[in-house]
Amino acid sequence: MEHTKTIWSLLETVTDPEVPVLSVVDLGIIRAVQMEEGRPEIIITPTYSGCPAMDMIRMNIRITLLQHGYKDIRITTVLSPAWTTDWMSEKGKEKLMAYGIAPPTPVPVVCDLGLFQHNEAIACPRCRSYHTTMISEFGSTACKSLYRCEDCHEPFDHFKCH
Amino acid sequence: MNAQHLIDFSLHLADNTLVLGHRNSEWTGHGPILEQDIALSNIALDLIGQARYLYQYAARLMNADGGNKQEVLEDMLAYLRDSWDFRNCLLVEQANGDWGKTILRQFFFSAYQYYFYQELESSRDPELAAIAEKSLKEVSYHLRWSSEWVIRLGDGTEESHARMERSLDDLWMYTGELFLPADYEQALLPVDIAVNLTTIRPLWEERVRQILSQATLTPPGAVMQKGGKQGRHTEQLGYLLAEMQFLQRAYPACEW
Repeated sequence: MEHTKTIWSLLETVTDPEVPVLSVVDLGIIRAVQMEEGRPEIIITPTYSGCPAMDMIRMNIRITLLQHGYKDIRITTVLSPAWTTDWMSEKGKEKLMAYGIAPPTPVPVVCDLGLFQHNEAIACPRCRSYHTTMISEFGSTACKSLYRCEDCHEPFDHFKCH
Repeated sequence: MNAQHLIDFSLHLADNTLVLGHRNSEWTGHGPILEQDIALSNIALDLIGQARYLYQYAARLMNADGGNKQEVLEDMLAYLRDSWDFRNCLLVEQANGDWGKTILRQFFFSAYQYYFYQELESSRDPELAAIAEKSLKEVSYHLRWSSEWVIRLGDGTEESHARMERSLDDLWMYTGELFLPADYEQALLPVDIAVNLTTIRPLWEERVRQILSQATLTPPGAVMQKGGKQGRHTEQLGYLLAEMQFLQRAYPACEW
């Protein structure tokens, strides 16, 4: 029990290499931490199937735990239930905003098949204006889309709903 | 059904996604505009990620099956099999052509994958069901994006319309195979593992009819081609594998 608590707090220090302000706990990809005869098992779920950061995240979790004396670490990947941005912590969403990335919205309105939809209202992380336009549904990483603020004219990333 | 059927089915799904993912990745750095270059590269990543889940699963099944002296790894399945071992549909291996042809190929396949994964989500095989559940969220993006582009180009300028007509002539003949079950699919159907292709066919046809009509495009009459699911491919696949597998063939077991 003590150990799993310690491991959870160690995982708070393992960050997403693409979005370094977010820990893997903030991201919501740690599904469980278990101890079995002194051997930790971390159960994680990937964000996007093709996310290249996942291999690095697994390695960083392993290194962090090894550095703190844990051995025989098992990292198990589960796919179901599939990860959703609803699992991102509120703290994580605030960190994203402060970092300049608009966080995912609570109600995913563009996750359906309707074509040429009006973009959901995304606040500019810089000036908080909702007068923004989507430039591209796909951004610098699989999890982000690209927006522009029509008031302060800054382009910004939006962590899209998923 | 036997263990080989499930291995073949998993490889068929994996090969579909790897081959199309690789085709899309050929656009990386060459897209018509930066945003769409990134979009297609993102879709390539999703597809290759799905291929990895499926190859990992196929490798586990092959290792559990015994008989293999050497442990099978996902990379061996992607890089060390030859074209007659690949079980992908002919559609996904077709050369990129211009942007319009790439878009149309993606649209046909995303529409297929969308309805296919919806059914596979309730497969009796828990691993395939989980992969389908995960992948479906990504395929929804792909389908929406490619549908919009088919409409934009088909109902666009005279030039873009003419190119889409040509692409339709080139690709339509490869869509029939999507709904022809291979022997491994037929064997897995009574045990509720594979997807019943006759169930999803009308859904795909309706979606395609709607989008093509909005795009002011009419599908040609064509003799449908088949064979990819059985390992009989068009010459296009050979060129793709020659490039994709070069490094592992030249430097076996090379890693970085």
